[in-house]
Amino acid sequence: MSLDLKFTYTEKKDTRSGFGDGFLEAGRKNPNVVGLCADLIGSLKMGAFQKEFPERFFQTGIAEANMIGLSAGLALGGKIPFAGTFANFATGRVYDQIRQSVAYSEKNVKICASHAGLTLGEDGATHQILEDLGMMKMLPNMTVINPCDYNQTKAATLAIAEHEGPVYLRFGRPSWPIFTPADQKFEIGKAWKMIDGKDVTIFATGHLVWEAVVAEAMLREEGIHAEVINIHTIKPLDEEAILESVKKTGCAVSAEEHQINGGLGDSIAQTLTRNHPAPLEYVGVNDSFGESGTPAQLLEKYGLNAENIVKAVKKAISRK
Amino acid sequence: MEKQSIEQLQKIATQLRRDVLRMVHAVQSGHPGAPLGCAEFFVALYFDQLRHNPDFKMDGKGEDIFFLSNGHLSAGWYSVLARSGYFPVEELKTFRKLNSRLQGHPATEEHLPGVRIASGSLGQGLSVALGAAQAKKLDGDDKLVYVMMGDGELQEGQVWEAAMYAAHYGVDNLIATVDYNGQQIDGPTNKIMDLKSLRAKFEAFGWEVMETPNGNDMESVLIGLEKAKNLTREGKPVMNLLHTEMGFGVDFMVGTHKWHGSPPNDEQLENALSQLEETLGDY
Repeated sequence: MSLDLKFTYTEKKDTRSGFGDGFLEAGRKNPNVVGLCADLIGSLKMGAFQKEFPERFFQTGIAEANMIGLSAGLALGGKIPFAGTFANFATGRVYDQIRQSVAYSEKNVKICASHAGLTLGEDGATHQILEDLGMMKMLPNMTVINPCDYNQTKAATLAIAEHEGPVYLRFGRPSWPIFTPADQKFEIGKAWKMIDGKDVTIFATGHLVWEAVVAEAMLREEGIHAEVINIHTIKPLDEEAILESVKKTGCAVSAEEHQINGGLGDSIAQTLTRNHPAPLEYVGVNDSFGESGTPAQLLEKYGLNAENIVKAVKKAISRK
Repeated sequence: MEKQSIEQLQKIATQLRRDVLRMVHAVQSGHPGAPLGCAEFFVALYFDQLRHNPDFKMDGKGEDIFFLSNGHLSAGWYSVLARSGYFPVEELKTFRKLNSRLQGHPATEEHLPGVRIASGSLGQGLSVALGAAQAKKLDGDDKLVYVMMGDGELQEGQVWEAAMYAAHYGVDNLIATVDYNGQQIDGPTNKIMDLKSLRAKFEAFGWEVMETPNGNDMESVLIGLEKAKNLTREGKPVMNLLHTEMGFGVDFMVGTHKWHGSPPNDEQLENALSQLEETLGDY
């Protein structure tokens, strides 16, 4: 049985490659763009930039705290630093450095975080950060972005180079469907309604946007018409788009590769409770660490795949 | 800025000490001990060494810039910034008060001229200074970056990440100064967490290390800073170990950690001020 998907793909690629390609292009466009990486240049796909602009690239060694401080210093000198490492080391390990030297000091630093979430896979829970969006969105002055595929990640990378202010850009390791257009315009803070619907709204971010697209087709076969909204920017949150949709559909599901505590769903819940209370179900990791496994196995075990979104949708509708 | 005589500089340092004591006394909070010990350094730096523009620009292009990593010395830094013309001297009276630009620890959110990064959470300033120094190199800017850290602060691991980086990249347009007063909040550094030989440590990391033997003697501080400047551009970051006494200038405050974060009461303030001549006029 094949699903009638509203978005399809012919190719899969990792979102980190979207970052790497966008970073190179941003570097070609603007000589002030510089790069830093803490011994993960290959993993972050920053090698092409380093090769083309060696004098504008700083290998910091395995020293993330120093990398964040260096970035703040480069930024105050007028540079636009892109600091890359795994999401775990780009957030929890250096939270105080980001808080004081970047966010509070209002420095134009782009924190570029790969291998976020369960889909990092076999490396296991030490590296599968599921708390980063929460940590970063709590910081005043911080913009938080979590794109869904190669094309959107590339577009987001180019957009943050032109945005003045601290940004946390989150992406991942696995090969993932490329289902959004290559020529998309990325507007920070602007949600993208991908599929129109009337019965429920699925707000998805990151890799789970694809799962939401699949879930929408599965639901449609059962006569349920879901609206799918791509929340690539967690902060600032597009509250207007959220409210407009839920006023129409009457209930919602959030889907993210993150802890339920502190994630996108929490932000949506705040928006709804303040403005338009409505049933909301959460698809996310429920207060546990991850483990080793393939991305697909992990998404299934921790309840984050399309089937789980379908279940959550039915529950949300039943609570209307 | 015209060069001032050592005597004139010393007068400014004495006034800085008065400012610090009056500032922390007024709000009964803040850190008097370390800035008293660094008065000569602050004054020598801002009134003699730094080649800085009269108007403040965040990017500091084409000028020497300074970062205070041990942000709890804020009272001393604010005093020297005000006295050297960054903002009105009378603003010192807002120190640590609500709606002030003079936050308890330095911050940029209120746009206080002279401050380029928030500091207070220790161990971060050297990294920031290195980034700023790299930006200068990328721009072909021949001016220098200065940073001060506390000796207790060197217990933070990030400092050593930065120390390694500085030597690896040969960041030789940077002069780091350590306020080597041997004290930290809980007591003497050699009792709390012995730093052993800082010279040997930084030399082993690949730095050019020099010492200023008497950080509370204006001439010694000036000679030290001049020497440090002459050591730049030789392929290595420069470390200036500045031997100071915490609380210097006030007989009952000198040489002890007890005045790290404690303000004087009325009587103590009066006693302290009687030991420090009002040279430039109190704010």
